[in-house]
Amino acid sequence: MFQDKKARITETQSWGSYFLLRISAPQIAREARPGQFLMIRVSSGFNPLLRRPLSIHNCAGPEIEIFFQVTGEGTRLLSQKIAGEKVDILGPCGHGFSLKPEFKGQEIFCVGGGRGLAPLYFVARELQTVGATPVIFYGGQTLSDLALKNRLEATGWEINFSTDDGSYGFRGLITQLVEEQLKKRKPAFLFGCGPEAMMARLAEICQLSSLPAEFSLESIMGCGLGACWGCVRKIKKGGEIKYLRICQDGPVFPAEEILWSGD
Amino acid sequence: MVDLSSDLGFLRLKNPVIAASGTFGYGLEFQPLYDLSQLGGLVVKGLYFKPREGNPPPRLAETPCGLINSIGLQGIGVEAFCQEVLPKLALLETAIIANVCGEEEEEYARVAEYLSRHQGLAALELNISCPNVRAGGKCPAQDPEATYRTVKRVKQVSPLPLITKLSPNVTDITAVALAAEEAGSEAVSLVNTFLALAIDLESRKPKLGNVLGGLSGPAIKPLALRMVFEVARQVKIPVIGLGGIFSYQDALEFMVAGASAVEVGTANFVNPLACPEIIKGLEDWAESHGLNRLSEIVGSLKV
Ligand SMILES: Cc1cc2nc3c(=O)[nH]c(=O)nc-3n(C[C@H](O)[C@H](O)[C@H](O)COP(=O)(O)OP(=O)(O)OC[C@H]3O[C@@H](n4cnc5c(N)ncnc54)[C@H](O)[C@@H]3O)c2cc1C
Ligand SMILES: Cc1cc2nc3c(=O)[nH]c(=O)nc-3n(C[C@H](O)[C@H](O)[C@H](O)COP(=O)(O)O)c2cc1C
Ligand code: FES
Repeated sequence: MFQDKKARITETQSWGSYFLLRISAPQIAREARPGQFLMIRVSSGFNPLLRRPLSIHNCAGPEIEIFFQVTGEGTRLLSQKIAGEKVDILGPCGHGFSLKPEFKGQEIFCVGGGRGLAPLYFVARELQTVGATPVIFYGGQTLSDLALKNRLEATGWEINFSTDDGSYGFRGLITQLVEEQLKKRKPAFLFGCGPEAMMARLAEICQLSSLPAEFSLESIMGCGLGACWGCVRKIKKGGEIKYLRICQDGPVFPAEEILWSGD
Repeated sequence: MVDLSSDLGFLRLKNPVIAASGTFGYGLEFQPLYDLSQLGGLVVKGLYFKPREGNPPPRLAETPCGLINSIGLQGIGVEAFCQEVLPKLALLETAIIANVCGEEEEEYARVAEYLSRHQGLAALELNISCPNVRAGGKCPAQDPEATYRTVKRVKQVSPLPLITKLSPNVTDITAVALAAEEAGSEAVSLVNTFLALAIDLESRKPKLGNVLGGLSGPAIKPLALRMVFEVARQVKIPVIGLGGIFSYQDALEFMVAGASAVEVGTANFVNPLACPEIIKGLEDWAESHGLNRLSEIVGSLKV
């Protein structure tokens, strides 16, 4: 865990309301694992006050990338940063996805909705290095939500797209596409991140197919360090339901431990 | 070399900067980031006798320059604290202070008594001012008599020095401070958070699961500073000031207003290195102002 107060932004990219920043932060990059996140100070003043949690989207040598959607003031400020500017980042925070040696030679489904694809790019790259085959599912409301489309298509991985309005890929929900595919193939695991309703449905689908899965959860965070107990959610652990800290005990949890907000 | 130490009488801190309760976990959470022995002291998260579940989420809401929390003191309880955490904290070269909570007077006494039987604590901070536990944000620190009784009861069972933590949600904070002093408290710390509300307009629901919460951060600094000033003029025991301290200048203002030491809370979230940076800032400031001892400035406000 490091606080790099002067991490330099080396490159920025944008697609409508989606942004990608590449940041030089060698210490954090060295330790980062897929599914872990950063706490980023978006303003040098006190408004907004708190840091913003953002997943590590990719690691390349001494650099890390974040991929985010502007949804409010904090992400808007972050989106205005330009190459050469410095940002104060803390990380890597939390516990990421479990990449197991037995994934070798197996297909692993990586399912992301909109900005939920952020942590899955890093996961897919790491899966490749352990000899597993990532299969990406990337859904959005419309084509402009598939901001990472070109980047993903350049990787050579199998990518399954969906849009609610049919403007690109399968017309419908990404969960329907996953369900279809599960009739034909047997992946060893599923990693998911996206809107709560999407993840809840995926968890249901996984359970019906006895497919083990992990999901990355979100919550408002104060510290990202496990110190404030502000980020808790109800989690099932060892037969008990407890408030666990998303920042410390997660953000990634096994599907069977998660209580979905609709439950 | 400037002497940064702060002598509270019952406890000598190597410098006046203490990490505030509830914003620093059980202390160890910040260990990966810096050597905690740099701190003047650290107050751990509030402790009840038994483990506690805390309040339903959402537990945090941001406001301009402020944070409203309704954690509700989720925690591990004294037994787990003394067995699993305290031995590790005791190895640090800094004053370890436990934040004592209770549903009622007797629980405060039980927690204090239990903690006093263990090695490693420099003092207890009596949290009679949490707005997040009882309905409507009520707490003993809103009443001088309840404050007197609770302090007295805890003093009967614990030989450890006691710092009574005051609530700003009162009309006259000096009356409560004087009650704590009279009951034998060795110091007072102030302030805890201000009772507050945040609303989500679209749903017309409170943003916090527990409806009300406590406001902290830069937004409360001028209010806290005023209260520290008022209390320091009235009591003879040392005053520990807190509320929105984010920089060494903020810390100095509290000291000038009469605080012998300060606590840093919400700043730890925004800048996890806040405490060591404030300590360094205090040292540089004292040096550049030709002070031999930083404590010379305590209560030096010219009015
Ligand atoms: C572990 C984790 C990883 C994340 N990774 C990404 C990512 O890679 N890309 C991305 O686009 N988004 C990600 N998010 C969501 C992102 O943190 C929020 O979109 C962002 O904090 C919103 O801030 P804002 O100021 O723009 O919005 P506002 O709505 O103005 O924020 C107000 C407050 O609510 C909090 N908040 C609002 N929405 C969320 C949310 N969904 N989750 C957590 N806190 C929220 C903010 O942090 C802030 O404290 C992640 C969240 C978590 C918890
Ligand atoms: C998330 C959070 C949790 C807190 N928990 C406690 C606690 O357990 N005991 C306590 O005495 N004060 C608690 N406080 C109050 C702080 O210690 C402090 O009095 C208050 O936040 C004002 O200082 P600040 O503006 O520097 O944060 C908490 C504050 C926050 C923000
Ligand atoms: S954000 Fe502070 S404990 Fe998780």
